Amino acid sequence: MKVAAADWFLLSPELFLTAAGLLILSISVFVEKAKEEFLAFLALLATAITIGLVAFLSGYHGRSEPILGGMFVLDNFAVFFKLLMLISIALTILASIQFVGRAAYPAGEYYALLLFTGVGMLFMVSGNNLVSIYVALELMALSSYILAGYFKGEIKSTEAALKYFVLGAFSSGVLLYGLSLVYGVAGRMGLPELAKLFETQEKSNLLIVGILLILAGLLFKIAAVPFHVWTPDVYEGSPTPVTAFFSVGPKLAAYAILARIFYVAFPKFHSDWGLIVALVSAATMVFGNLAALLQTNVKRMLAYSSIAHAGYALMGVLGFRTEFGLWGILVYLLAYAFMNFGVFALVVFLETKGYAAESVSDFNGLAKRNMTAAVVMLVFLLSLAGIPPTAGFIGKYYLFTSAMKAGYAWLAVLAVLMSAVSLFYYFRIAAAMFFSEGEGVPLKSSYALTAAVLICATATIVIGVAPQPFVEMLRACVIKAP
Amino acid sequence: MQLMGVGIPILSVITYIPLLGALAIVFFLPKEKTGAIKSIATLVAVVDFVVSLPLWFLFERGKDGYQFVERASWIPSLGVDYHFGIDGISLLLILLTTLMGVIAVVCSYTAIGERQKEYYVLLLLLQTFMIGTFCALDLFLFYVFWEVMLVPMYFLIGVWGSDRRLYAAIKFFLYTLAGSVLMLLGIIALYFYNTTGFLGYKGLGSSPTFSIEKLTAVAAAMPAELQIWLFFAFFFGFAIKVPMFPFHTWLPDAHTEAPTAGSVILAAVLLKMGTYGFVRFSLPMFPDAINTPWVRGIVVTLAIVGIVYGAMVTLVQKDMKRLIAYSSVSHLGFVMLGVFALNMAGLQGGILQMVNHGISTGALFLLVGMAYERRHTRMISEYGGLARQMPIYATYFLVMALSSMGLPLLNGFIGEFAILQGAFAVSFWWAFFAATGIVLGAAYLLWLYQRVFFGEITNPANAGLADLTGREQLTLVPLVVVALWIGLYPRPMFDVLRRPAEKIVEAVGGKTLPNPALAREPAPAAGTPREAAAP
Repeated sequence: MKVAAADWFLLSPELFLTAAGLLILSISVFVEKAKEEFLAFLALLATAITIGLVAFLSGYHGRSEPILGGMFVLDNFAVFFKLLMLISIALTILASIQFVGRAAYPAGEYYALLLFTGVGMLFMVSGNNLVSIYVALELMALSSYILAGYFKGEIKSTEAALKYFVLGAFSSGVLLYGLSLVYGVAGRMGLPELAKLFETQEKSNLLIVGILLILAGLLFKIAAVPFHVWTPDVYEGSPTPVTAFFSVGPKLAAYAILARIFYVAFPKFHSDWGLIVALVSAATMVFGNLAALLQTNVKRMLAYSSIAHAGYALMGVLGFRTEFGLWGILVYLLAYAFMNFGVFALVVFLETKGYAAESVSDFNGLAKRNMTAAVVMLVFLLSLAGIPPTAGFIGKYYLFTSAMKAGYAWLAVLAVLMSAVSLFYYFRIAAAMFFSEGEGVPLKSSYALTAAVLICATATIVIGVAPQPFVEMLRACVIKAP
Repeated sequence: MQLMGVGIPILSVITYIPLLGALAIVFFLPKEKTGAIKSIATLVAVVDFVVSLPLWFLFERGKDGYQFVERASWIPSLGVDYHFGIDGISLLLILLTTLMGVIAVVCSYTAIGERQKEYYVLLLLLQTFMIGTFCALDLFLFYVFWEVMLVPMYFLIGVWGSDRRLYAAIKFFLYTLAGSVLMLLGIIALYFYNTTGFLGYKGLGSSPTFSIEKLTAVAAAMPAELQIWLFFAFFFGFAIKVPMFPFHTWLPDAHTEAPTAGSVILAAVLLKMGTYGFVRFSLPMFPDAINTPWVRGIVVTLAIVGIVYGAMVTLVQKDMKRLIAYSSVSHLGFVMLGVFALNMAGLQGGILQMVNHGISTGALFLLVGMAYERRHTRMISEYGGLARQMPIYATYFLVMALSSMGLPLLNGFIGEFAILQGAFAVSFWWAFFAATGIVLGAAYLLWLYQRVFFGEITNPANAGLADLTGREQLTLVPLVVVALWIGLYPRPMFDVLRRPAEKIVEAVGGKTLPNPALAREPAPAAGTPREAAAP
């Protein structure tokens, strides 16, 4: 296979980010603990440059060519996900500076691992071949297992890492098994080639089993019921900025490859996987919301909430062969990335102020101690519950329309009722912030964290109030089903 | 609106003045300066009311369609417009809202002691959202205002409410949200029916829009079966808000626990959102569904059960605020009965009664709040003999209680009379049950009045109570004036409502019988039912 120079050019964001990660790892040896903020700054700079590279490439006319012989593509879909994931990495770095600075563990590895996870995700969303997707997924997953256990002295963190690793490796195995079955039937790995083959070929049971195993493996990654059990423990045990990142970045990547594999390679069998996705979506939103109702620990509650949101998001995959297609899920994920990260960032804020952020009562009286933080948190909660005029409402609106359009009216009814249920637990936090008395000490946030939170809040409100430019941009990013 | 040759988007101005005021308070006034905050909040509310007054004079009565229309593209991808405009129905409700806005601010000066800055900001925000709901002519925009309105109300109840405020606040939010998300699905279904179709229904292939005018025409031409489905999707949203029996259980809690201004706004404006929804959407959009006997039967039965059950539950209440809250269930049942009579008298009466209920019940909540400020209890048994100690208070209370029970010369009579006319034209039994509601209404209000105001002062705590202050009277006088105005000379109101009501009745296929209560010419029948209707 001949590798053209253009290929390297199109892969420059990934290559640059890898180099930056290695650089940070190697110079971290020489940086004292007190000056670790410098590493964070480097990581942030690297992320910003990568964002610039992706943005530059998005305007490059030659990017529609397949990269490395069709291993990767750089379509609008990939560009959107890359930008959004890089933004989530930048936000994670901002939210981590004070948090990691206070901990007794070296920060160099932390930021380097974060960037390596990013590299994996960037490759993933570009992947156009089962092998390249799988390898990229493993790169992302292995780095994130270590991130989960980054507070290695703490039992909860270690437990989270171990759980994440065991279940993650298991799900990767399931995925890989599915891939191997598909390969066994089809004898090829490229997604477009698979689609072309299936156009003429009848489906076999072996192939259906393979597709279902791939689906199961991916549902593990997005924490859909019944493959969600790892989520609450991992989210609770991981360092909170990492949790914030897990709830957004790797999930986005998993949704992206789920959408790409099933829209590009298996469009012919959508009647087989469509109903399963709808049922999983229903089970996920019901279970996630009901379980969240019972939680008193904030991180676990938000973990179940993000399970519930995985259920909503799956509705966006159903709009197959309607005029909506993947539009709904893209709009939703854009909203989700900011609002969900924002919520976790505020948990990080409380933790840096010495609260364990274990129970809802840590939020007691936050309105009196830091009105801005309380109002911003309220915006995120409203958005998560889907109340207009926030990004969450626009996102959910698109999902409901996709589900209705795709003929799953029952799912849409279930989803709207479940979002009413979700308000109940989201507003336990709101009630704690505004109605309960807390200690009257004002809480101040660090600049970096404030920046991260305000970026999320601004995005949440702007997308909610003026969604037009965003939704129009995302319409151009969907993968057209053949 | 044209002013000196310049077009002024007056509806947007009225809608966003409170929002701007709220932002000004947030950013420019520190929370310690409570005096300044109150002054600015009052100023903003008064300005808003004054700016809304020209609507009443400039509104062209005989004209069809919406007036003062503003339209701009908001989310072209979805066909969502920023589209404002009013007809006679929304005109009355907007004026009611801006008037109640002033009263809500002024009545809170002493009642709200803590976190005043947040309080007035929320009150003004709520004002913007409520006016926006009445102005919106785009379903998407309507939904946005309709839903976001819940947030400030939630906090008003939750922060400044009484003992069980947390429970009441979340109950209010969840109930209304559950209803409105179903409405959202109805809106989406309507949208798809107009464009590309859904669930086996072939779409009309029109360009996407949420325009209420357009979608009303589209919906009215839908197959009856689909209309029934969508009618119920919207029904839950509106019926919970009204609230109709059996969806009313959030109301007594929310009302009782809310601070006075919250109860006033809730009674005067928020409950009207539900009935407004029925009048604006359900009737013209789903005529075939409504003319389906069982559908109309369900709604009317629930309305009548609401009237009678609400009144009977009201009778046994021990808490004044709860009593008035339950009386709202009964009164709103009346409104629903009038609306679903589907004739001119019933519809006009129903809409007017929405305004009347806002004024009378709003005033009663104000009055109860004044007593509460003095005695910190709402229990009827704690009071007695107040007429001697607080004669001015007793007078206002009497006027408003009489207005609420529908005594002639006061506003309540006009509305109830027209509703009974409308109901009677459809069925004797509808009017009969509604009339029992009026009798029970007189019973609970007079009994309440007797227990609180007559007799000797038995409880020593009531002995030293001060009568109403000038500021308190200032909040009541406008309501008394409006009550008398509507009671003595309701014609301007009916004039404003005639065209829109005629259009709705035509749309729903009912008879546009002239409204006897309009009194264009001396109505011969008016003499006899008057005594029968208002015992």
